[in-house]
Amino acid sequence: MISWLLPQASTFASTIDGLVLLIAVIVGVWLILAEVVLFGFIWKYRARDGIRGQYVSGEDRSQKKWVSYPHYAVVVFDIIIIVAALRVWNEVKVAAPPGEEQIRIIAQQWSWTFVHAGPDGKLDTPDDIRTVDDMYVQRDRVYTFELHARDVVHSFSVPAFRLKQDAIPGRVIHGWFRPTREGTFDVQCVEMCGVGHGLMAGRIHIGSAAQYAAWMTEFRTTAATANRITGSTPVADVAAHDHVGTAGGTR
Amino acid sequence: MTGHAPDATRAPGFVRTYLWSTDHKTIGLQYMLTGMAMALIGAFAAYVFRMQAAFPGASVPLFGRVAAADYNYLVTMHGTIMIFWVAMPVLLAGFGNYLIPLMLGCDDMVFPRVNRLSYQIFFLSSVVLVASFFVPGGAFGGAWTAYPPLSANSAYSMTPFGSTLWLLAVALEFVAFLLGGINFITTTMNSRAPGMKMFDIPIIVWTIMIAAVLFMGSVGPLVAGAVMLLFDQVVGTGFYDPARGGDPVLWQHLFWFFGHPEVYVLLLPAMGIVAEVMVVFARKKLFAYRTIVYSAVATGIISFFVWAHHQFVAGIDPRMASLFSVTTLIISIPVAEMFFAYIATLYGGSIRFSTPMLWALAFVAEFLIGGVTGIFLGSAGSDIYFHDTYFVVAHFHYTFFPIAFLAAFAGITFWFPKMFGRMMNETWGKVHFWGTIIAFNICFIPLFITGTAGDHRRIFDYSMFAELATPEMQSLRILATRALLVTLAFQVVFVVNFVYSLFRGTVAEANPWKANTLEWLAPSPPPHGNFVTMPVVYRGPYEYSVPNRDEDYWPQHEPDEPADPDAPGARRPLQQPA
Amino acid sequence: MTGIPTGRLAVWWVLASEIVIFGGLLGAYIMHRIGHPEWEGQAIHTNVWAGGFNTFVLLSSSLSAVLAHQAAERGDGKSAARLLLLTAAGGATFLIVKAFEWTAEITSGFTIGSNLFWSFYYTAAGLHALHVLAGMVILLFVAATAAKNIELHRVENIGIYWHFVDIVWIFLFPLLYIAK
Repeated sequence: MISWLLPQASTFASTIDGLVLLIAVIVGVWLILAEVVLFGFIWKYRARDGIRGQYVSGEDRSQKKWVSYPHYAVVVFDIIIIVAALRVWNEVKVAAPPGEEQIRIIAQQWSWTFVHAGPDGKLDTPDDIRTVDDMYVQRDRVYTFELHARDVVHSFSVPAFRLKQDAIPGRVIHGWFRPTREGTFDVQCVEMCGVGHGLMAGRIHIGSAAQYAAWMTEFRTTAATANRITGSTPVADVAAHDHVGTAGGTR
Repeated sequence: MTGHAPDATRAPGFVRTYLWSTDHKTIGLQYMLTGMAMALIGAFAAYVFRMQAAFPGASVPLFGRVAAADYNYLVTMHGTIMIFWVAMPVLLAGFGNYLIPLMLGCDDMVFPRVNRLSYQIFFLSSVVLVASFFVPGGAFGGAWTAYPPLSANSAYSMTPFGSTLWLLAVALEFVAFLLGGINFITTTMNSRAPGMKMFDIPIIVWTIMIAAVLFMGSVGPLVAGAVMLLFDQVVGTGFYDPARGGDPVLWQHLFWFFGHPEVYVLLLPAMGIVAEVMVVFARKKLFAYRTIVYSAVATGIISFFVWAHHQFVAGIDPRMASLFSVTTLIISIPVAEMFFAYIATLYGGSIRFSTPMLWALAFVAEFLIGGVTGIFLGSAGSDIYFHDTYFVVAHFHYTFFPIAFLAAFAGITFWFPKMFGRMMNETWGKVHFWGTIIAFNICFIPLFITGTAGDHRRIFDYSMFAELATPEMQSLRILATRALLVTLAFQVVFVVNFVYSLFRGTVAEANPWKANTLEWLAPSPPPHGNFVTMPVVYRGPYEYSVPNRDEDYWPQHEPDEPADPDAPGARRPLQQPA
Repeated sequence: MTGIPTGRLAVWWVLASEIVIFGGLLGAYIMHRIGHPEWEGQAIHTNVWAGGFNTFVLLSSSLSAVLAHQAAERGDGKSAARLLLLTAAGGATFLIVKAFEWTAEITSGFTIGSNLFWSFYYTAAGLHALHVLAGMVILLFVAATAAKNIELHRVENIGIYWHFVDIVWIFLFPLLYIAK
C-alpha cells in the first residue's frame, strides 16, 4: 500500500510494506464487519410504533457467546499480527547482517553530518569524508550506521527505506540498511528538535559502485582540506565521549 | 442557569453560588465551562497551524504570518490544551463532579472544600498556561511530550520562560486532578445511596472511578520527573543531561508511563457517557454489564504495561520493544470486548435518534477507526515506518476527537436538561452533529494518506522535502484544512444552541428522557443538596423494557412491585454482595 | 459502605499517590546509581551520623503519634494534643538537623548542581523535607482541635500520614547515606 505513494529503496521496505498490508487486511475486515453490524442494528432496531425493546441482560452464557466468540477471534488475529510484527521488527532492528560499509550519522540543531568511512572502510581514520545534509551510499551494499545526537533528541528517518531511529544525546545507536534502488531520497528529522525542526532536511543519494566511487573521489579533494581543519571538531569529541554511556543503546 | 439553588441554611450570594461554591454541581460546571473556554484556544491554535500547513507563508487571518517558532508553540499548546485542559476537565472533572453524587444518590462529594480547592488550582493552572503565551521568548514549543534536553535547556528551546511556565501549569493541573480524584474515589466507595450494591453503580461512575485510580497510579512518577525537569531548567541540575551523567530517555519513560494510562483515563469516562446514553435511547439493558466493568478494570491494569510502545524507535532495547508490542495488542482485547458489548446492547432495542444518541453512536463508529489504526502503531514492525508521521496524528485524532468531543457532546446534550432545567434545541443539535461528523472525517482521512506517504509531524513547511512537497500532497493538506474550518464553523452552531437553550429552551421536567439512574429523580436543575428526599436503590441502573411492565423503564429508586417479585430485574435474594 | 471512615480512606488514597511519586523518583535514582558506580565517591561525603540521628528522631516521633492515637481512642483529647505536639517537635528537630547538615555540605561545595548524585540527594531529601513540613503544619492544626476534644478521628489520620513520611525516610536513608 505504501509503495503506491513512495518508492521502496531498501531491502526491508517491502517487508514493512507487506506487514502493513497484512494488518490492513485483517483490521480492515474487522472494521468493516463491526461497522456493518453496528449500522445494521441501528437500522433494524430503530424505534417503531408498538414494538418494545427486548429484555436481554447479556449475562447468560447463551447470550454472551455473541460477544465472546468474536472476541476469541480477535485474540487469534492479534497473535497473527504480533508474530508478523515481531518478525519484521527482528529483521530491521535486531538481527543485522554483517556490515560491508560503515557510516556515522550525526544529528544536531538543525543539520545532518554524515561521516563516510572513505577508501579504507574504517571510521575515525584520516581518509574519512564528511558531508553535511547529503549522504552518499552505494546500491546493494549492507551499511551499518552509528547514530549520534549532539544536542537534543532527533530522529533519523528515510521514508523510502521505511527506516526510522531516534538519535539520543549521550548514546550511540547502531542500525543497518541495504539500499536497493538508485536515486535521491529524503532524509527527515521526525522528532521535535526546536525552532528549525521543519528545516532539518537531508538527502540520501544512492548510486552504483562506479557512481559512488566518482562521488568519493570528488569529495576527497575538498574534504581532505576540511578534515585537516576539523580534526578535533565536536564530531570527534562526540564520538570519543559517546562510548562512555552506551549502556542503554541498541545492540 | 435559571433560578439558583436554595441552600438549606441560608441563601448564598452570587459569589458563593457560582464562584466560591462547594456544591459539586457548580464545581462540575465550572470545570466544564473552563474546559470549553480552553477548547476555544486549542481550536484557534489548530486553525492557525493548519492554515500554515495548507498555505505556507501566507498571512493567517486573525494571527498573521506564522514563523517556525510560532508553528511549534501552536502545535505544542494545541496538544497540551486539548488533552490536559479540555478532555481532562470536561470528561473527568466536569462530568465526574456533576454526576457522581447525583448518580450515587448522595448530597455532595465527601470533601466539598477539597473539591473547591481542586477547581481553584485547576483554574490557576489554566491562567499560568495562558500567561505563558505572553512571556519573553514566547510559549513553549517542544511538543506536548516535552522531551529533554530540548525542554530542559533554554539554549536549545529558546523559550526560557515558556518552558518553565508550561511545566508549572502541567504540574498544578496534576495536583488539581489528584485532589479531585481522591474525592471521586472516596465518594464512590463510601457515599452510595442505601441499597446500591457494587453492581448497581452506573457504568459511568465505574469508569470515572477507574480513571481516577489510573490517573493517581500513573501520574506520580511524572510528578517526580517534572520536579527533576524543573530543576534542570531552573537550578541547573543535569538529570536529563547526558554530559553530566543524566539520561534524556528517563523522561520519556516517566512521561509515557503516565501518558499511556492517560489515554484510558480519558477513554473510560467517555465510554461511560456513551453507555448511559445508549441504554436510554435504545431502551435496552446494557449488554453484559459485569463483563464491561471487568473489561474496564482489565484495560486499566494493562494500560500500565504498554507505555514503551511510544518509544519503539527511541533507542530502547529492541527486545523490550517486542514485549511492549505484545502488551499493546493484549490491551486491544478488553477494549474490543467493551465495544462488542456496546454494539450488542443495540440488538433488540427500540432506538430513538435524539441528538445525544447520534453523538453516542458516532462515538462507537468513529472510535472503531481510531482503535484499529492503533494496531499499525502497536505492532513494532510497522511502527518503524509510521512513528511520528501524520498517520499517528490521524490515528489519535480518531480516538481523542470521539473521546473529547463526540462523547462530551453526547454527555452535554444528554444531561443539559438536568444541568440547566431546559431542553436543548434538537434541530440545531442535529445540524451541529452532521456538520461536525462529516467535516471531521474529511479533515482526518486525508491525513492518514499523507502520513502513509511520509508526512512527518510538526513541520511548518514541507518545501524542504522533495518527496512531500508535491502538489498532490499539498492538495490533501488543503482539503484537511478546509474541512477543519468547516468543523470549527459548525461549533458556532453548538455555542449558539447552548446559550439560546440556556435561556429560551423548553423547560425540562425532572426525567425528560425516561431514564433509570438516580440523577433523574432530582429536580432539574437539582438544588444544593440534590434530592428532595434521599433515594433508596432497589435495582440495577439498566432495567429498560422489562417484560410485564407498563413502562419501558424502571427507575433505580422505585420500590419493587410486590405483585411481581419474579420479574427480571427485581432484586433477587442472592444478589452479589457489595 | 467500605466500613472504613471516609477521612481515613482519603488518607490512604493520598498515600497511594504519594507512593508513586516517591517511587518514580527513587526508581530513577536507583537506575542511575546502578549505572554510575563512581557515585560512591560522592556518597562518601554524606553525614551518616546526622542521617542516623534523624532516623532515630523520626522513628521516635512516630511512636508519639501512635500514643496520640491511643489517647484519642480513649477520648483523651488533651493528652492526644500534647503527644501530637511532641511529634511535631520531632519533625522540627529533624528539619533543624537537616538544615545544619545541608549548610555544611553546601559550604563544602556539594550543591544541587555539582553532580547528579547531589541533585538526587537534594531533590529526594528536599521533597521529603517538604512532606515533613506539611505534616508538622497539619499536626499543629489537628492538635489544636484535639485539645478541644473535637474531631478526634483526625488524630489517627495525621498519624497514618506521619508514619508514611517516616517510612519514606527509612528508604531514603540507606539509599542516600549508607550505600557507598
